[in-house]
Amino acid sequence: MCPLCGERDRREFYYYGAEDFLNRPAADAEPGAWDNYLHLRDNPAGVTKDLWYHEMGCAQWLVVTRNTVTHEIIATELVAERAK
Amino acid sequence: MTYSAFRIVRETLTGNTGWKPAWRDPAPKAEYDAIIIGGGGHGLATAYYLARNHGLTNVAVLEKGYLGSGNIGRNTTIVRANYFLPGNSEFYSHSLKLWEGLESELNYNVMHSQRGLINLFHSDGQRDAFVRRGNAMINQGDDAILLDRDGVREHLPYLDFEQTRFPIYGGLLHPRGGSARHDAVAWGYARGADRRGVDLIQNCEVTGIDIQNGVVRGVQTTRGAIRAKKVGIIVAGRSSQVAAMAGMRLPIESHVLQAFVTEGLKPVINHVISFGMGHFYISQSDKGGLVFGGDLDFYASYAARGNLPMVEHVMEAGMTLMPMIGRAKVLRSWGGIMDMSPDGSPVIDKTHVEGLFLDCGWNYGGFKAVPASGWCMAHLMATGESHEVAGKFRLDRFATGHLLDEEGTGSQHNLH
Ligand SMILES: Cc1cc2nc3c(=O)[nH]c(=O)nc-3n(C[C@H](O)[C@H](O)[C@H](O)COP(=O)(O)OP(=O)(O)OC[C@H]3O[C@@H](n4cnc5c(N)ncnc54)[C@H](O)[C@@H]3O)c2cc1C
Ligand SMILES: [Zn+2]
Repeated sequence: MCPLCGERDRREFYYYGAEDFLNRPAADAEPGAWDNYLHLRDNPAGVTKDLWYHEMGCAQWLVVTRNTVTHEIIATELVAERAK
Repeated sequence: MTYSAFRIVRETLTGNTGWKPAWRDPAPKAEYDAIIIGGGGHGLATAYYLARNHGLTNVAVLEKGYLGSGNIGRNTTIVRANYFLPGNSEFYSHSLKLWEGLESELNYNVMHSQRGLINLFHSDGQRDAFVRRGNAMINQGDDAILLDRDGVREHLPYLDFEQTRFPIYGGLLHPRGGSARHDAVAWGYARGADRRGVDLIQNCEVTGIDIQNGVVRGVQTTRGAIRAKKVGIIVAGRSSQVAAMAGMRLPIESHVLQAFVTEGLKPVINHVISFGMGHFYISQSDKGGLVFGGDLDFYASYAARGNLPMVEHVMEAGMTLMPMIGRAKVLRSWGGIMDMSPDGSPVIDKTHVEGLFLDCGWNYGGFKAVPASGWCMAHLMATGESHEVAGKFRLDRFATGHLLDEEGTGSQHNLH
């Protein structure tokens, strides 16, 4: 499940929220952009991407692609890799 | 058919052959004055109060499954008015007053039992917070009594007062708090609405919302198109999907919450109890089962079933607080999909579409809210104005910064 540590117990990971949290607006952005970033969500019943922190492992933030209906994990990637 | 003790005696003597179905099973009409999407507690209560308070009876409730198949039939039935923030406080206070007259109002036994709710605290900081909350409750006109350790022991002698990890410092007793039979609330409102002429249409999923020039015209469903002048979206965990049919992106993330019940036991737990450290709460149903639960599974989910880590956590918390329950056998566990908002408070408001209204964001506390939510949503749909006790439940409060963050945990949907 973790790209660095492999399959690990669910309890090692902390869930933060949808990947929208990666799209932080610029400091001078319109209030609407902040509302969108902090509060509004697509909240799909199906495939979603969200942020998890491997708190009790490698301490990396992950973008997890998974299915909210079946709980299937489809893919994981490091936020650090994506930022490059 | 009115229910009464006399009626039960008569039916007993005549072999119970006189009972009739509690509501009709009508086919959808081509047009209604108002349509409610969602036959959960909130949708049914809204339909009931539209008819009762506003004389609107050409109304349909459209439910994709059967009535009560959602969270209204899955919750752990705690009814309380112990909120702190202005905006929430008056709303839940109003709801509790409606609960107190609900059975005679509906001529239906919803088994509302004001057995007292005790929230335990385990540190000086928690005690201070509960003192403040108790004062807010008293200011609102509701009841709250601060119990010290011995006071708690008098009510709940079976707690583990010896354990040192989370010592029990005391509790806040809310005597008017308690529980009710969840399905009966749905059925009572359904029957009351039906008797006033509302059509309850089951197995009817809304698949689209028809909008012309910014005005709602009706809905598309699996049983055909239905026109309506007003439409209310009241679908709890599915709010994001239905609102998206009207082009809206909501401040909601859906999460699964689990609950558990044991085999039936003799009466042992008389109150509703919450453990302030371990995210655990418990009460005993009238059938004798211990009904308990804890926190969300914490990740967005529509699965209506949870995973084992939270099961283990809830059991551990229960054993820490009251080791006696370790002998009971768990009979069932289940999950429901919660419409979590970023401040933990709900929305009862208009939308950008004329005639389209929204009631959502109940997090895991929407059962006790059923009467007041129905009352206020009906008021909004009938008059176009927010009811005074729901005036702060605005959809735009997230954009304007007027958040109602009861727990002070910030803008993360799963922390409320
Ligand atoms: C395990 C658990 C414990 C809880 N404990 C408590 C508690 O102790 N106290 C408390 O106050 N609250 C509690 N809650 C929360 C409470 O149950 C909910 O907040 C409340 O029931 C939600 O409102 P509702 O009854 O209208 O929802 P629901 O009953 O879920 O109603 C929504 C309905 O909309 C229907 N629907 C969805 N999409 C469509 C569509 N497209 N077309 C037609 N119909 C549609 C669904 O089928 C459903 O029947 C708990 C919840 C859970 C899951
Ligand atoms: Zn890792």
